[in-house]
Amino acid sequence: MLLISCPYCGERPEEEFAFGGDASVVPPNGAGEGAPVGTETFADYLYLRDNPKGRHREHWIHRYGCQRWIEVERDTVTHEIHAVRVAGEGK
Amino acid sequence: MTADIVRYSIFSLAKQALASHSGWPEAWRKPEPKKRYDVVIIGGGGHGLAAAYYLAKLHGLRNIAVLERGWIGGGNTGRNTTIVRSNYFLRDNANFYEHSLKLWEGLSQDLNFNVMFSQRGNIILNHDFGGADGARTRYNALRLNGIDGEYLTREQVRYRVPDLDFSPTAHFPVFGAVNQPRSGIARHDAVAWGYARAADSLGVDIIENCEVTGFDIQDGTVKGVQTNRGDIAAGKVGIAVAGHSGVVAGMAGLRLPIETHLLQAMVSEPVKPFLDTVVISPGVHVYVSQTDKGEVLMGGALDGYNSYSQRGTWPTIEDVVAGAVAMFPRLRGLRLMRTWGGVMDMTMDGSPIISKTPIRHLYIDGGWCYGGFKATPGSGWVFAHTIANDAPHKLNEAFSLERFRSGRVLTERGVGNFPHHH
Repeated sequence: MLLISCPYCGERPEEEFAFGGDASVVPPNGAGEGAPVGTETFADYLYLRDNPKGRHREHWIHRYGCQRWIEVERDTVTHEIHAVRVAGEGK
Repeated sequence: MTADIVRYSIFSLAKQALASHSGWPEAWRKPEPKKRYDVVIIGGGGHGLAAAYYLAKLHGLRNIAVLERGWIGGGNTGRNTTIVRSNYFLRDNANFYEHSLKLWEGLSQDLNFNVMFSQRGNIILNHDFGGADGARTRYNALRLNGIDGEYLTREQVRYRVPDLDFSPTAHFPVFGAVNQPRSGIARHDAVAWGYARAADSLGVDIIENCEVTGFDIQDGTVKGVQTNRGDIAAGKVGIAVAGHSGVVAGMAGLRLPIETHLLQAMVSEPVKPFLDTVVISPGVHVYVSQTDKGEVLMGGALDGYNSYSQRGTWPTIEDVVAGAVAMFPRLRGLRLMRTWGGVMDMTMDGSPIISKTPIRHLYIDGGWCYGGFKATPGSGWVFAHTIANDAPHKLNEAFSLERFRSGRVLTERGVGNFPHHH
């Protein structure tokens, strides 16, 4: 059982959260704001992942709590949580 | 130089029985790695061993090594729920898994090793009108692809699996089901051991406790691997490392459309036989079968976040057990005997990758999601073809790495890119 310290609500069990995937992946064209990119760049963004064995920056949503997105830095081998921050602040 | 080979038969069994089973030779050798091989396969799981076996048997290669970081049978080959089926929807998947199922049907004879393949069906329940429509669509797809299938009504399911909850208060009432009668289960350790022994008897070196730590790549061509037991030169290198695909491919500078996730399975204490097929409920997303030892074997969904830990957490165990009890109320009083976890190589479209890579003479077989075990013979067979010919077989052309750039992804469910498909 993971215990995740939500920056808004404090320490809560993993069952209150839903996983949102790799937080290091960002749209290559700035979510439509930046210059257009080629299909290969966009395909790489959609599909390719670093998939690290070790520290992993990832999004979670506190679905059954405050419902806000947070960013968790977690070890994928030990499941140790190194840091939790408000989503978007880690960039 | 190969090991002393004793063909397993009723006669060798009788002979050994009279000698108190003291004369069985080792099933495969423990050779020191040579300086060079024509083909090096990284990963001594079912897929890697099968690829080595078919390279030796069907493609005339003899100078082959399989490098295994741990021991044979210690990874996902020995951690799955042993289900074998080919009830896929998309033609490319259906053709590939059906080829694999046909290899399963002759595997014990081919390997001279009893893999205890038992074709006992695979019953996918449905619980409402929409589910029944979906099941009939799947049944029609099976028949159009030339694969066996049958649609079962509620009463037919009741006759086949009487212990499901048919009461008026059932949480997920049984509406009907689709079955693939030729599906089944197999003894998973025997598959690893059988392929290892058969490959070894054809001269393949199986090198355990040998971890690959890097690649020797020159001018875009792989020339060998570095290991904890020294450098090994290789004409060609195949990667078949399941959950560690990203880690090993990363050593060659490749990023993959794969995330590694945790999947758990569990067994109850053993009970008398009551279930002679595999039953899956999409309502609870749990599948249940009974092992030859009598344990009730259960599996469900991924734990849900990236993990290489090979051990799961409690909420998923609770979900799976609750689902199994909802399907089979009689299980309520059973004690859970054992739970375990494996790390799954989840692709972004739910279909595998058996492909050449951008590096010449480096090949990859991975991205097996939930379903690697049933694919073992077929995967090894087409991977051997791909390595030997430096080109995919017709059966695995669609499983290329390039499909994620060309847009020709293979999504059984027809939904977008996320690494949770099964």
